Amino acid sequence: MNFMASKQPENSLLGPEADSQRTLYPYVTGTSVVALKYKDGILMAADMGGSYGSTLRYKSVERMKPIGKHSLLGASGEISDFQEILRYLDELILYDNMWDDGNSLGPKEVHNYLTRVMYNRRNKFNPLWNSLVLGGVKNGQKYLGTVSMIGVNFEDNHVATGFGNHLARPILRQEWHENLSYEDGVRLLEKCMRVLLYRDRSAINKLQIAKITEEGMTISQPYSLKTYWEFSAFANPAQGAVGTW
Amino acid sequence: MFRNQYDTDVTTWSPAGRLFQVEYAMEAVKQGSAAIGLRSKTHIVLGCVNKANSELSSHQKKIFKVDDHIGVAIAGLTADGRVLSRYMRNECINYSFTYESPLPVGRLVVQLADKAQVCTQRSWKRPYGVGLLVAGLDESGAHLYYNCPSGNYFEYQAFAIGSRSQAAKTYLERKFENFTDASRDDLVKDALMAIRETLQGETLKSSVCTIAVVGVGEPFHILDQGTVQQMIDAFEIVGEQEGPDAAAGQEASAEPEQGAGAGEGVAPMDI
Repeated sequence: MNFMASKQPENSLLGPEADSQRTLYPYVTGTSVVALKYKDGILMAADMGGSYGSTLRYKSVERMKPIGKHSLLGASGEISDFQEILRYLDELILYDNMWDDGNSLGPKEVHNYLTRVMYNRRNKFNPLWNSLVLGGVKNGQKYLGTVSMIGVNFEDNHVATGFGNHLARPILRQEWHENLSYEDGVRLLEKCMRVLLYRDRSAINKLQIAKITEEGMTISQPYSLKTYWEFSAFANPAQGAVGTW
Repeated sequence: MFRNQYDTDVTTWSPAGRLFQVEYAMEAVKQGSAAIGLRSKTHIVLGCVNKANSELSSHQKKIFKVDDHIGVAIAGLTADGRVLSRYMRNECINYSFTYESPLPVGRLVVQLADKAQVCTQRSWKRPYGVGLLVAGLDESGAHLYYNCPSGNYFEYQAFAIGSRSQAAKTYLERKFENFTDASRDDLVKDALMAIRETLQGETLKSSVCTIAVVGVGEPFHILDQGTVQQMIDAFEIVGEQEGPDAAAGQEASAEPEQGAGAGEGVAPMDI
């Protein structure tokens, strides 16, 4: 007996059938992104891993991309959602360029646009499962911000996503200062990435560092960090904490 | 302009390739009370003449703040102007919300022009009967634009629209070369002088005009009556001497003003 069963409109995201239409879990994910402001602009680092659950399945995923003339976007989380975001931004920059009028969207504008997109998706219970880092330089002004999948956004002198928040930010809080040189900035980022490599099991030893300044954006070729596994503490990790693994 | 068989519909072309309804809309702008605008590298000043129906009523609002960095002065059907101002305010606030950045005035002006164009190509619509002087800032500095009912827009160093605007235009043409580097106060003084030209002998006082300023580091705002009167008083004394010369110049240039649209040849919107 069916007493006027309530009917959802066809495009509703509620109900059991709609679950296949919206993001419930991430599948192929990238791990931390770390970024900091330095003398001439922004430096950002991310490894090239795409994990499929606990399997390190893809090892040449570029998780940082230039946006327009002035910005750089790094993402962790679901890789397909990152690609979707790149499509949104591509269209945004295209229309901005089509005005052909000497005005252009800078990093602040792109960051706020992304915040609106992420927050609105979260409100529809269909999030883009990413944590984004947006950095850039425009008219001499450096900008570095982050947006999470639920739309939390803020700017800072150094930002990170995921495990980077727990392992890299404390290092940056101690050692970051205004007007870092390029070499010091890279050294600091590598220090952070090395800790992440040791301690984050989704991290792989193949990373890129991207730099964006008033002149433009460059992204390094993939390379590996030197690691040292002969620390005596690594030899018998359970020594100081019986029962640990 | 005279009535003819091609002027009933906005979607009917004349054999000479004119849309008379659009030209008539531009006539409506010429009938409205004067509005002027002028700009330097960093500031733009808008001014308008206040016309009140009678001594008992207040005058119509012809200058609107659209955003902190954009303002508009209108001439023609004020009701149409109000509606377009609301559209502009909406566009600005939506852009600000999404990008946390001010909408570049050049883009707003194009959107406005495209909106006006739609009304020239739909048989169930009529063109907006209002001309807008849009003053605003963007990345490349201070800008002044004029938006026409035809859907055209032009950028100006200085311009005047509405009735007796030719007198103001003559004054502005004489002085415009100095505007780029003029100080903010000199710009306001020039605006007041230009408004005085349109008054044709009537005394310039702060009750008959409205002045608004926007510039780098100075959000758009309408100057209060007291300040305006002070500035009038400051230069009126100098103005006495200039009076006779200005009057002579005006006689010659007042004549072609209204007749421009009626003549054979180039339709106004093509200029």
